[in-house]
Amino acid sequence: MHRTGELYGQFKTLEQQKDSATLGMWIFLVTEVMFFGGIMLAYTLNRHIYFHAFAAGSNTLSLKLGGFNTVVLLASSFTMAMAVWSAQTSRKQLISIFLTLTIVLGFVFFGVKYVEYGQKFHHHLVPGKSFDIFYCVDNPAKCEDVSAEELNTEREELEKARAADPDLNAHAQLYYSAYFGMTGLHALHMVIGAGLLLWLLKNSMAGLYSARWNTPVDMVGLYWHFVDIVWIYLFPLLYLIDRHK
Amino acid sequence: MQPLPFFPVEASNFAGSVDALFSFILLTSLFFSVTVTLLVIVAAFKYKRKSEGEVGNTVEGNNVLEVGWTLFPLVLALAMFAWGAAVYVNFRTAPKDTLDIYVIGKQWMWKLQQPNGRKEINELHVPVNRDIKLIMGSEDVIHNFYVPAFRVKMDVVPGRYNTLWFRPTKVGKYHFFCSQYCGTNHAVMGGWVTVEDPAEYAAWLTDEGGDVNPVSAGEKLFTQLACATCHVANGTGRAPSMNGVYGAKVLLADGSTVTADESYIRESIVQPKAKIVAGYQPVMPTFQGLVTEEQILNLTAYIKSLQSQPVPAKGGGIAPAAAGKK
Amino acid sequence: MSAKFNTVEPQFPEKNYLNETYGIRSWLLTTDHKRIGLLYLASVTFFFFIGGFFAMLIRLHLMTPSGYMLTADTYNRMFTMHGVAMIFFFLIPSIPAVLGNFLIPLMIGAKDLAFPKINLLSWYVYVVGAAFTLYSMINGGVDTGWTFYTPLSTVYSNSAVAPAVVGIFITGFSSILTGLNFLVTIHTMRAPGMTWFRLPLFVWTHYATAVVMILGTPVVAITLALAGMERLFGLGFFNPAMGGDPILFQHLFWFYSHPAVYIMILPAMGVISELIPTFARKKLFGYSFVAAASLAIAVIGFLVWAHHMFVTGQSTYAALAFSFLTFLVAVPSAVKVFNWTATLFGGSISFDTPMLYAFGFLGLFLIGGLTGLFLGCLGTDIHIHDTYFVVAHFHYIMVGGAVMGYLGGLHFWWPKIVGRMYPEWLARISAIILFVGFNLTFFPQFIIGYLGMPRRYHAYPPEFQVYNVMSTAGASILAVGYLLPMIYLVWAAFYGRVAGNNPWPATGLEWQTTSPPPTENFHVTPIVTWEAYDFHNRPDLGLDVPAGKAGKLSPAPAHGDD
Repeated sequence: MHRTGELYGQFKTLEQQKDSATLGMWIFLVTEVMFFGGIMLAYTLNRHIYFHAFAAGSNTLSLKLGGFNTVVLLASSFTMAMAVWSAQTSRKQLISIFLTLTIVLGFVFFGVKYVEYGQKFHHHLVPGKSFDIFYCVDNPAKCEDVSAEELNTEREELEKARAADPDLNAHAQLYYSAYFGMTGLHALHMVIGAGLLLWLLKNSMAGLYSARWNTPVDMVGLYWHFVDIVWIYLFPLLYLIDRHK
Repeated sequence: MQPLPFFPVEASNFAGSVDALFSFILLTSLFFSVTVTLLVIVAAFKYKRKSEGEVGNTVEGNNVLEVGWTLFPLVLALAMFAWGAAVYVNFRTAPKDTLDIYVIGKQWMWKLQQPNGRKEINELHVPVNRDIKLIMGSEDVIHNFYVPAFRVKMDVVPGRYNTLWFRPTKVGKYHFFCSQYCGTNHAVMGGWVTVEDPAEYAAWLTDEGGDVNPVSAGEKLFTQLACATCHVANGTGRAPSMNGVYGAKVLLADGSTVTADESYIRESIVQPKAKIVAGYQPVMPTFQGLVTEEQILNLTAYIKSLQSQPVPAKGGGIAPAAAGKK
Repeated sequence: MSAKFNTVEPQFPEKNYLNETYGIRSWLLTTDHKRIGLLYLASVTFFFFIGGFFAMLIRLHLMTPSGYMLTADTYNRMFTMHGVAMIFFFLIPSIPAVLGNFLIPLMIGAKDLAFPKINLLSWYVYVVGAAFTLYSMINGGVDTGWTFYTPLSTVYSNSAVAPAVVGIFITGFSSILTGLNFLVTIHTMRAPGMTWFRLPLFVWTHYATAVVMILGTPVVAITLALAGMERLFGLGFFNPAMGGDPILFQHLFWFYSHPAVYIMILPAMGVISELIPTFARKKLFGYSFVAAASLAIAVIGFLVWAHHMFVTGQSTYAALAFSFLTFLVAVPSAVKVFNWTATLFGGSISFDTPMLYAFGFLGLFLIGGLTGLFLGCLGTDIHIHDTYFVVAHFHYIMVGGAVMGYLGGLHFWWPKIVGRMYPEWLARISAIILFVGFNLTFFPQFIIGYLGMPRRYHAYPPEFQVYNVMSTAGASILAVGYLLPMIYLVWAAFYGRVAGNNPWPATGLEWQTTSPPPTENFHVTPIVTWEAYDFHNRPDLGLDVPAGKAGKLSPAPAHGDD
């Protein structure tokens, strides 16, 4: 099917093409909901059964970093929406600016995630043979990035949790499997999103998008908003529930 | 009830109702399959194309028929559901007073334990007409315990216990299978359920088999068969104490004495009224048919082991003259 | 007045989608939905042979009770790989990716699917997934059963589980992309006048199938991903030794795998809905009811998954709910069977090969569906779960139903696909051989199932032998029934009699264009003014319509789609 301008050969009108693309993207996002839904279900069930261990796990996450990342993603959704608006109103320079901002914010998110994951490796919180939820509490010298006060609170909570759940470490490992599974999957989707944004940026700098035709910007916008919404679910599920004061 | 050649033997309380339910669904299925097949064949003949360009009529549908053939199968389906649900609820609701047997499945064998601790491997002994409950766990992967003759089946899942209950109604030996694929030897991970009369089951239960110390087996039996109720060791029971009896001379009610050897002990168990010990009433019941020869040997071994036990002043079975010999 | 439709010698179109461009690149980089359909035809046929080869080994081995041919371990790999190959790489793609891809744009009057490049991508995704699975097979295959129950698959199995699971994961995306393409195409690309209720039922059932594909497949994807990670990295969601729950795996797995069976049967039902009106030359009885039933099957099909788990020890309430819903999902299938049967009455029936397959489908799907009642019924399922009764039930539906539908469809549309007719008498004999062989293979399995023979057994008690031998004998006949069409369909593509646009004739839009069609499907965009399967208002078909019996023509709306 050859293409005449922006119109692909299988379509009769640009309107039909845009309707198809939009419907297609929404259906794809439904599949993503089902995909993330499966692992969120597994997490929710396990959270209910092993709530002591999962609460302990939640409390090892940094509220500051998680909260900051949430703001970053929300901001990136705003800049993405602005990019779409710019395309719809033919403000060609603005499209590129807003796309760039979105990409930058995305990379900020990655940076914070890199720090967080690094901490988890350092604190023996990665599922596997050396997983140990008590690692920092038992070896304060090895976890200098955690203050003595925080360590004391953590020790108290972990002891209480272990009294209620003798298999605390194994169940906490389940929490961390879910943590890495869900945030890893989310990060992978963001990487793909970043790639799509870079492609959009290249095209927008060549002046391809305007009020007449801006479907790719619109579609990637939908995808980016979805990835943001997944994080809006992940953040409370992983970081906020059962948080100690 | 004679089973059809396509049904396994009916050997449990569930078998009859499962087979009846199956027959109901089978008849319904036959009704629909025969009806539709006949209709298709009739139509194929009656409406066979007669000329090359012929077309069919313009009928598009019939709402009454649609409603009818939606509701009629729905009603039948709900009937099947309800009957099946009733059978299933019964199957999942064990009665209160059950004989509980613990079952462990592992790759690729079954370990079963009777209430008194007796263990079996790939075999299950149960008494007939008694409610049996199996409490099952797995050491590794998911298995499944299935007895076709009983029409019962339940997964055996690692990390939890599943229970299964049934009442065997027919004495015999029935195959059981592992019925959840569990690896290489899944197909040979089965065995036999032996359903016995209660007496035989009881006898089997307490018979420890050749590889257990006969004295301790005898000791267990002495308690299980309630011998100890009357033959109290300190002589205060209704029957003589067994301490020091073996090998001693026993004074009988008719004045004669007899040496308490293996034969005397055996006779006392199976024909207790043959020789009554002096000073005691003939109240001992016979254990003929209730104990096997092996069990008698074990009891004898146990009684033998009580030779050196202190004889009570009153209530020993030993003739006074012989009492000082020990 | 005699028929006019076969009086002129048909011409083979000079330029068509097959010869418009040449060379391997024009095929491997095509975005033409018709060529992609043929690419899929090659791949699914390849996997059908692989799955069939394993089936042959299974049946040969089971002729004796103690297993003379294969070791236990090898046998376990054979039945696993048979299931994996047949379900994920043959049955699920077969009708949608071969016939659906080829026909849907033609049936709705479009030039192609909405997303032709995504269509090609879906084939490559299938190929990559297939490569991983073939790698697993070459490395000894998997021995966990196609259901991959944990912890056997994640902890205890010593076979190539990880590459197989990765392969199936990847191939799932092929399914998702195909479903997405179909949904959008059917919504936005119908020709002017092709309203929803004028669509062929084939399109309706593929719409329903696409809904199931996009909602269900992602769940099995994440489930297999978690299971794969458990195997590779020791995570513990499904491993009780780490606090996980093997039953959770089963719930997640069956949430997709039950709707998957509707992905496999709905398209075949769509084919039958085309064949019966065509060969009875009559409108499908109860069109809207059949369309509604297809959607009902898709929706209710998502609510019944735990009927595979009645004996896992799940709560009695859950079992009651799932059994009830399972009986509900049986009703729309029954409604369809009655409507197909009613279509025959008052028709003008011919016994061309596609119609023979349709008759075969009716009988075998009927038996397969009815035997599902025994399994959905709690009281009987306890006894027959995981026995050969289940094996017989699903083979009646999948082989007696879906494969018969697939073969019937292949025969019906073969003239459109290759422009030539297959040899009719050989094809009829082949269909009958298939039907006989099939019943002999699988009916005895109902009997040994109720007698208590469990499935997935490499050895069995001797009292089951006679039925097993019967089953193997039937399988050898069945094999002939499959080999013959492979051979003569290929022969026909080169040497068959030229078919012409509409050899049957049939009423669908696809028959309004040449056989084979041009790359752009229609030289002029068609405008639809007739109802589906309306033989009475189609003078262009050249049939003998009785005078005065013709109905009213409905005018086309001003602008195409609604």
